[in-house]
Amino acid sequence: MIRVVLGTLISHWRRRPLQLVFLLIGLSLATALWSGVQAINAEARAAYADAAGLLGRDRFDRLVGRNAAPINASRFAELRRAGWAVSPVIEGYHTPTGLSLVGIDPLTMPKGAAPIGAGKGPGMAEVLAPAGLLIVNPETAARFNNADLPKLFAMDDLPPMTAIGDIGLVQRLLGRPGTISHLVLDPDAPAGLVPLATVVPELDRVAPAGDGGLARLTDSFHLNLTAFGALAFVVGLFIAHSVIGLVFEQRRSTFRTLRALGVPMTQMVILLLAELLVLALVAGLAGVALGYLVAAALLPDVAGSLRGLYGADVPGSLTLRPGWVLAALALTFGGTLAAAGLALWQAATMPVLAPALPRAWARASSKRLAWQGALGALLLALAAVIALVGSGLPAAFTLLAALLVGAALVLPLLVGGLVQRLGRGRGGPVRQWFWADTAQQVPGLSLALMALLLALASNVGVGTMVASFRQTFTGWLDQRLASELYLTTRSEAEANTILAWVTPRVDAVLPIRSVPATLNGLPGEVYGIADHATYRDNWPLLDAVPDVWDRVAQGEAALVNEQLARRAGLALGDPVALPGGDLPVGGIYSDYGNPQPQALLGLLLFDSRFPDATHLRYGLRIAPDKAAALAQEITARHALPDGGVIAQADIKGYSLDVFERTFAVTDALNVLTLGVAAVALFASLMTLAELRLPQLAPLWALGLTRRRLAGIEFARILVLAMLVLVLAIPLGLALAWALVARLNVAAFGWQLPLALFPADWLWLALTALPAAGLAALWPALRLARMPPAALLRMFANERG
Amino acid sequence: MLLTIRGLTKTYPTREGPLAVLRGIDLDLDQGESLALVGESGSGKSTLLHLAAGLDVANAGTILLDGAAIGEMSESQRAAVRRDRIGLIFQQFNLIPSLNAGANIAMQARLAGRNSPDWNAHLARAMGLDGLLDRYPEELSGGQQQRVAIARALAARPALVLADEPTGNLDEANADAVLTLMLDLVATAGAGLLLVTHSQRQAARLNRQMRLVMGQSQA
Repeated sequence: MIRVVLGTLISHWRRRPLQLVFLLIGLSLATALWSGVQAINAEARAAYADAAGLLGRDRFDRLVGRNAAPINASRFAELRRAGWAVSPVIEGYHTPTGLSLVGIDPLTMPKGAAPIGAGKGPGMAEVLAPAGLLIVNPETAARFNNADLPKLFAMDDLPPMTAIGDIGLVQRLLGRPGTISHLVLDPDAPAGLVPLATVVPELDRVAPAGDGGLARLTDSFHLNLTAFGALAFVVGLFIAHSVIGLVFEQRRSTFRTLRALGVPMTQMVILLLAELLVLALVAGLAGVALGYLVAAALLPDVAGSLRGLYGADVPGSLTLRPGWVLAALALTFGGTLAAAGLALWQAATMPVLAPALPRAWARASSKRLAWQGALGALLLALAAVIALVGSGLPAAFTLLAALLVGAALVLPLLVGGLVQRLGRGRGGPVRQWFWADTAQQVPGLSLALMALLLALASNVGVGTMVASFRQTFTGWLDQRLASELYLTTRSEAEANTILAWVTPRVDAVLPIRSVPATLNGLPGEVYGIADHATYRDNWPLLDAVPDVWDRVAQGEAALVNEQLARRAGLALGDPVALPGGDLPVGGIYSDYGNPQPQALLGLLLFDSRFPDATHLRYGLRIAPDKAAALAQEITARHALPDGGVIAQADIKGYSLDVFERTFAVTDALNVLTLGVAAVALFASLMTLAELRLPQLAPLWALGLTRRRLAGIEFARILVLAMLVLVLAIPLGLALAWALVARLNVAAFGWQLPLALFPADWLWLALTALPAAGLAALWPALRLARMPPAALLRMFANERG
Repeated sequence: MLLTIRGLTKTYPTREGPLAVLRGIDLDLDQGESLALVGESGSGKSTLLHLAAGLDVANAGTILLDGAAIGEMSESQRAAVRRDRIGLIFQQFNLIPSLNAGANIAMQARLAGRNSPDWNAHLARAMGLDGLLDRYPEELSGGQQQRVAIARALAARPALVLADEPTGNLDEANADAVLTLMLDLVATAGAGLLLVTHSQRQAARLNRQMRLVMGQSQA
């Protein structure tokens, strides 16, 4: 019996393959965009975990120089003599290749911390050989196969762009012989040793560093991606819900007949569920494949963004993870059940004697729409309350969700009301029918229209935010990067030599000094800046006391970035806790793209508080037309590596590139979501086309040609799409405000001014309306070419 | 006795209060016997048929099919009785739109696990459906659809055929032809037939008649 019932249920799809196609498209698109984003997140998190696990960073205490001062290698010997089991590590940036080099002493590293021996790593002898060896991950090995580097050994589970080698080799490569960055402390130290504070009083013991807070720093970025994925998932489920609802409606008579012929209700529902799960499996597998392609296409941009914004190294290629595939399939099953829940419930509770004729499922009752509208209004009110009083990331996301879902729920009522208003006034019978019928179609198309609204509003919202950001960011870079050249030397001796030569050739030399420090209890950085017109004229201050630059120069006040001011709740005049003592806040400056708190001190005060800070970086002021030539001359004369002298234009280009990469991802997801919404509209129109026939056939019988009816149907969709677009613009602007003024502030710690870009809306209209027209074209063409016999059947008693 | 009904009462709740549709109906039907249920609209004919099929449950009274009390069965047991013992014919045909005529005819017999292609072919021939078996319901006329529905009901060789105005949607000539076929096939299958009709002329062609007035039987 199971085979017979299942065959009967499946026969529906054979008769209406298009519905099957749309259901599979809806589910697989929903899965694809969501799982694509999750694949990117999983890849990034795996990279953070690799970084955290590197050399036991997540397990062993470390000894570090106070204020990040380098450690003399002799301290290692002193500690070993005192009985402390420590191992030296040097870390640095290899300018010619851009690799992060990590030098270790394989003989003294705690057991299991170094990727050497133990079967998969290279042997100890190879690492310690005079020619040396660098251990990298396979991707990095392939990239630097022919580079001027020691022999490379490829090994999995290492972060990208990181190379590990013997400490002597890495010290040579970095040009820092005799220095180490930190010491790893073996936890199995014997008792009764001379305390560390006595042996090395200038070193601080710090707990396992983990991933350096990368996961926390990048959480906001991943959360943004996840929010987009969730939006696309919901839009995809709209398609599935729309198709499943219609399919169940069309099979109501079949359900009733099967039950009348003796099929138990529970068995029928179980078989319906099995049918849906099989379809979900097929769609899920297709979605996983599509999601993999989406993720693979977007990952290079995401990796670039993460590297630029947070210094997080994430590989540019994707690994297929079984956990991700299973999670995506589970999500498809969950989504299918969510999309089909109502329809399944109705089928399960339908009385066997219920009317078999279509009960116009698609034409939802006005009562239901009223309830839906009331719920939407409630959510919009909630959004308003959160906008006024809420703070923090959860509140920001709740605001976004309440705003979008509330507006979507209210939409059918709003569009219905607008259509009725437009239909008032005089006009011929066809015009009168057009508006009345359009109002009647709104509930049936409501899911597709809601999907369209969400896609358009997110397009307007994210587009406005990105354009505002681009405008502000470009201006801000001009202010912030005022020096024409930026010099980075390898040692202070080299710096002195170069400065002696370059000082007479430039207008000004501006030292740039910084140390990592704790600011008001938050990890961040302190910078020292010279008192110079470059800063006084250009620095992007958001707020400042009147004589701010004099006070900073005299060491009487500090400047703090917006991130620190917001996180620590600092206002002008408030004391900010810095190493060496509090200082009042003299000014607050914008610091876009920087996730960390930062403070600026006058150079004299900085040098007195941080005497061990390195003096390696300088800004050089020179006439812009002479900058390139000077950069070339410095590099050639002093044999500086690439990146030793960077022109302002290059840094701006790099910063803008990071910016563009970051938003390339959101742009792509935006376009994909709009595409899914267009498919949702198309799917709804195609599936509703059959239900429309009984409504259109009388018009045809009264003398309207099929062609004219098709034209009216086409125009109807364009009118509805236009109305949705008009409503999407204010919603999109509200969304942009929520993103800029609430989400951005909560996630990144800074706010930017919101600007309006009406030309972008026009462009969106020029994209969205043809998309809606395209969705409406095929059903309209089918109607125009429909044989009269098909329309005549609508007048028969029984329509099957 | 194939079907025995005693004191059958059915009440529906309405805004104006409970509405008694059947008030203590008694009925007996033997194997091979046919009985016409006649009466005005709203007299309770269709309700009586639905209760006999186990599609609905009575408020009071008993329905015994081959001695088994339908009202005391669970929903799945009632479904099994319909599948194995009863052939149902509806006024609105209720064919499965996604299956062709041939598959529709075989449907209940396959569910009951006694599908016989030869018997199905005989029924199709007798119903004049040869050449139409590949067509889908929407491609058939009303008379053709009703003949498919009758063939489906008889294909499983049910003990009892319950027909709710099976010819109500057909013209007189077609209705007569369909009824003739149905009576012949029911007789051939040895089944009992309980048929609801408005037509006195059709009712007269069955073995017995029972008139329902306001939910009560009148001799």
